[in-house]
Parts: sequence; C-alpha cells; structure tokens
Amino acid sequence: MVAIPVGELRVSARTTPGQDWLADLLACVPEASSSLMAARQQRARQALAGESLPSRRQEAWRFTDAAALAAIPAHPLTAPDDLASAAALPPAQAAVLRLVLDGRTDPLAGVSLPEGLERLDAGALEPLLGQALSDNGSEASWPVLLNGAVASQVLALRVSQAVSTVLELLCDTAEATGVLGLRLLLVLEPGAKLELLEVHRARGASCTSVVLEAQLGRGARLRHGLLGQGPAQQAGDDGEIGSAQAAPVLLHHLVAVQEAGSELELISAVSGWGLVRLEPQVVQRSGAAFTRLRGLQRVDGRQVADTHSRVLFAGPDGRLDQVHKALADGAGRSVFNGAVIVPRQAQRTDASQLSRSLLLSDRARIDTKPELEIVADDVRCAHGATVSRLQQDELFYLQSRGIAAGQAQRLLLRGFCEEVLADLPAAASVWQPLANLMGESPAP
Amino acid sequence: MIRSDAPVLLEIRDLRASVEDQPILKGVSLTIRAGEIHAVMGRNGSGKSTLSKVLAGHPAYRVTGGSVLYRGEDLLALQPEQRARIGLFLGFQYPIEIPGVSNLEFLRVATNARRQEQGSEELDTFAFEDLVRERLQVVQMDPAFLDRSVNEGFSGGEKKRNEILQMALLEPLVAILDETDSGLDIDALRIVAGGVNQLASADNATLLITHYQRLLDVITPDYVHVMAAGRILRTGGKELALELEESGYDWVDAEIERLESTSAQRITAEVG
Repeated sequence: MVAIPVGELRVSARTTPGQDWLADLLACVPEASSSLMAARQQRARQALAGESLPSRRQEAWRFTDAAALAAIPAHPLTAPDDLASAAALPPAQAAVLRLVLDGRTDPLAGVSLPEGLERLDAGALEPLLGQALSDNGSEASWPVLLNGAVASQVLALRVSQAVSTVLELLCDTAEATGVLGLRLLLVLEPGAKLELLEVHRARGASCTSVVLEAQLGRGARLRHGLLGQGPAQQAGDDGEIGSAQAAPVLLHHLVAVQEAGSELELISAVSGWGLVRLEPQVVQRSGAAFTRLRGLQRVDGRQVADTHSRVLFAGPDGRLDQVHKALADGAGRSVFNGAVIVPRQAQRTDASQLSRSLLLSDRARIDTKPELEIVADDVRCAHGATVSRLQQDELFYLQSRGIAAGQAQRLLLRGFCEEVLADLPAAASVWQPLANLMGESPAP
Repeated sequence: MIRSDAPVLLEIRDLRASVEDQPILKGVSLTIRAGEIHAVMGRNGSGKSTLSKVLAGHPAYRVTGGSVLYRGEDLLALQPEQRARIGLFLGFQYPIEIPGVSNLEFLRVATNARRQEQGSEELDTFAFEDLVRERLQVVQMDPAFLDRSVNEGFSGGEKKRNEILQMALLEPLVAILDETDSGLDIDALRIVAGGVNQLASADNATLLITHYQRLLDVITPDYVHVMAAGRILRTGGKELALELEESGYDWVDAEIERLESTSAQRITAEVG
C-alpha cells in the first residue's frame, strides 16, 4: 500500500460510486519498483485524485457508458503467478516471437530478441516515454491517467531495421479479476520495419488498460494487428449475456507519431467485452506519411464497443485510408467517432474515412460520427457513414441459390468481417479471428 | 423442342402479384413442358421481370391470386431456397455483389445444397474444384474469378457468365433467365447464349425474359409470349418475335386499351 492522499476523499459523504471505485483502486496499487515508473505513477494518481469514472456528460464519452468499469473489483489484477499457462493458449507459429505480458514479470526474461529488435535501457527510455502522448496532447486523458496510475512497468523496444520475425504481444488474464495496466513503447528508427500482433483476452471481471506509444522514423513501416477477444458466447439476441457476472473491460490507447515517408497500418478486431474502448490516435508530425486504419467491432448482449480514432496531419501531403466496421446484435451498443484534423499547414492531404455498421437487432444501437476539422483548402477528404440491416437483395440472391436464410445471413456477416480480417498479419490465424468474432469458437 | 407428351414442369395459372400494394401481375397463365424453350417479351414495366422474381420467391412481391405448380407441387408454398434446391433457377438481370464472400465458396455451398436435395453426396473442396473447373468451360470463364468475392468488381459480361456458371453447376429443371442479354456486347452474348444452349436438354426447360430479338437469334425459342400490363397478350412461335422486331409494340397499346375497357365495362356491369 502506498501513501497517497486519498483517505479524505473516501470519508467524504459526497463521493460518488465512481469516485469511490477510483479511490479504492488507487489506494491499493503497489508502487512501481523502478523510479522512472514510480514518479509517473505518482503524477497520474495526483491527477486522478478526486476524479470519477468517465461520465456521459463528457463529450468523449457521450455515447459510451463506462458503468461496466465500476463492476470490476477495484484492486490490481490478482492472478496466479503463471498467467499464460493458466489459459490454454495456441502455440505461436514459426517466425513469431511471443512475449507474454502480465504487468508484473519481465516479458523479455530469458528471451533472445531477433536481429534489429532490442530493449531500450532506462537512460534511453527516460526522454522517450510519454513523448508521443505529449505530441498527441492526450497525456491527461482519463484512460491514459488510469494506465499511468496502475502500470508499474514498461515494455520498451527499439526497432533498428527490417525485422523478419513477427512480434506477438499477448495478454490473457483468463479468469483473473481486477485492473491491469500495460505500458508499451516502440521506437522504429528510420527505415525500420516491424509486423506486430497484439492480442488481449479475458474471461473474468477484469480491466486491461493499455497505453501503447509508437514512434515511426522516416520511411519506417509498422503493421499492427490488434485482437481483443472477450469471452466467447453464443451469438444470439439474448440481452442478458454478461449480466450474471461482470464482463471484462479493455481500454486501449494507442498513439503513433509518424515522420515523413513512414507507413502505419493498424487492423483491429474486437468482440466479446463488457466494454471495449479503442483510442487509436495518429500524429503525422510533418505530414507526408501514410496511415491505414481498419477496424472491426462486434457487440451482442449488453456489450459496449467504442472506437474513438483521431488522425492529425501536422504537415502537408499526408494520406489516410480508414475503414471502420461494426456489427451490433442483441442489446449491444457500438460507437465510432473518427476525428480527422487537417490544419492550415496540411495542404494536399488525401484522407478517406468510411464507417459501415450493420444493425442486427431492434434493441441494438449504433452511434457513428465522422468528425472532420479541415482548415487547409487544397485537400481531399472523403468520408461516409452507413448504418443498415442486412440487405434483402443480398439475402435473396443467396437463397435463390439454395442457401437457407440462416446460412445466407452467416455468409453475409462473415463476408462483412472478412473484408477487415483479411488484412490482419498472417500470424493472427492461430487466434481464429473470424470464428471468435462470429461467436463460433469455444471460450478462449 | 415441343413434345406434347413431355411432362409438365411448370404450370402457372392466373397468377396475380403486387409490390407495395401495387398490382403488377394481373393474371398470367403459362404451361412449360420438359424440353421447351419459352421467351417472354415485352416493354419495360410489362411485368416480365416481376414474373421471374415471383416464381423465385422474392420477398418484396406478394402473390394475390392464382397458382404455380412445379412438377405438380405448389411452388408458392416453398421458401426461395427450397425452390432452388428442387431445380428452379433464376438468372438475375442485375447479379448482386457480395463483398468478402468468396465466389468459389458461394458456388460450393449452393451446389451442395442442390446435391443434398437430389440425394447426391456433398462435394468437398477438392472434388468441387474439379467440377467447377470443368463447368467454367461452358461460359469460357477465367478461373481467376473463382478467387474473387461474389460478383464484386465483375464487369456486366462477367456477372452474366457467373450466372450461367451457377446454372451449369446447379443443373436446374426450370431456368428463368431475366434479361440475361442486357449489357452484353455481341461476343459476350454469343458465349452466354452458347452456354444456355449447351445446358438445354430434353429433360429441362428454359424461360427467357428479354427485350430484344437479338438473344433469340442465338437461342431459338419454341414459344414466344408477349407480355403487357401484367398479362400475356399473345403467344406464338419464334416468328412472333420477328414480327415484334418489325412492327414494334404499338399494337400492344391498342390491345391493352381494348382489354382495360372491356374489363371496366364488365366491372360496371357487375356493379350495375
């Protein structure tokens, strides 16, 4: 237990349940062993003192109910020592380096890193950690502060050339309960190239909070697959899914700062969480970079999935190609907010954003909002958003070929998902992303 | 090929149907026997495409009267997929694009649904691949189209070839081809029509729905029906199509006017 001045908050009669939850959590998070992280923890806790959970009165959380967080036990993740072996995991493929993240043990212990990949030592880390957050202006946002208060270690890697091994970062909290903070930093030097697969899984009443900073030097290329696999469940229209026990929460804040000539590709697929909030945020620091974002989220039962993306072009000639897809079934709720910011200096920006959502039930809800701030005058910014049901004509076409209505519907949904999943790094196949998303596989 | 003793495959009796409460079919009767090729001609809005969709079971159309027997069975009581499985095929005027669904997988699932109904064993991916490669020749289609999403980014001609490929795989007893010639250049038309001719046999029947004589230059119909205002106005042999090509549809308007006024008189008489 660490001495932080939260006691008076807890005795105040005017605290809200959200304040209590946060205060309870902060009171029992152990202090990080490294001075670097301890100092950051301290700052984050101070910033959070007296704060509550995000509320729908805040614009960034207007459509997203964070109540699922309050149902997670307010203590650090309590889990058996060997988390990874507790969850039956598929073996990693050849040419894939799997690092298991549990927030406590060193994921690099006993691992020999492939050529071009090395750990950043404490001296190099100090000025780099938090730099992308600060470039992006999100260091004081709630999910980042929560992560800062909880995370006690950081996995920081430097990529100095094209790495042929796929880096898989795996966090499976299995049945564990409580809050886990993971802090990650990737520095891609000019011309470096990395394929990254990040996998989060959970079954218990847990919250996994991730802050990932990536810096892409000139000409660097990062292909990042992000899988968020909550507990598998029967796909259906049952609004009661997850009501018996608190469903896991995933909060993922990613900031990528791109130098000119760099390429970032982020492909995410999330489903099965009580609440999942993805915040992929990109800064093209001097423009002239390429960003490709592909997102897919599915909700069922009473689940909430929210993607708040933001791309800032801080220089000319930048490109963005973004497609976000959502499937909402049961009484689930899907939120997409896609900010694209093109200030005056970002001339000749070429950005396209498309949001496509399928509403599969009368009780589900979809909120989708493109948010374009364009000041430069010589730009191409295309955007579109559609929310629809399965197309009757598509279903009829399949039925007219002898395919039963139910199977035709599944085929169409799989096709809808495949358009995003096909772009995942090949190493993702061991996680069966399609079957998982469609609720066809057994519990992870 | 007309044989009066050939079994009746499709018997349409006084079929009436509406879309959004707007009557489109106003009493269509047509008998199709095995071995026959029928052509239904008519202007836009005459109801010929509606006829094809009603037969295939499109949910947007409501049958308000009449009957359709398929080999003696009440076709209208069946779901669209069941109609397909027992051997009815609709070639679409505008084949639907289905992104993300592989054409090969789609063709395999459809073929197996039909095979299962016929009591044949389902084909695994390898056996199916052999079959589909053989059937591709019917429409001279590039195998590369198998690996793409269903109809996605296909040209008009490629989509129509894909329709006939499906027909070649499903081996229907009654194939209804809705404006299969539309949007095709003359070479593509020959290939597609050639496919239809190859698949026609003494055991099955084809119903061509078309605007133009040019399709009937390459597929010779046994019967030509002229449709207008939701009815079949006239039935004849292939010479009727040529006659239409020469004289146009003007006589149809006169005929319709006469029909509408008699039915109006009849209604007046009934009311009176």
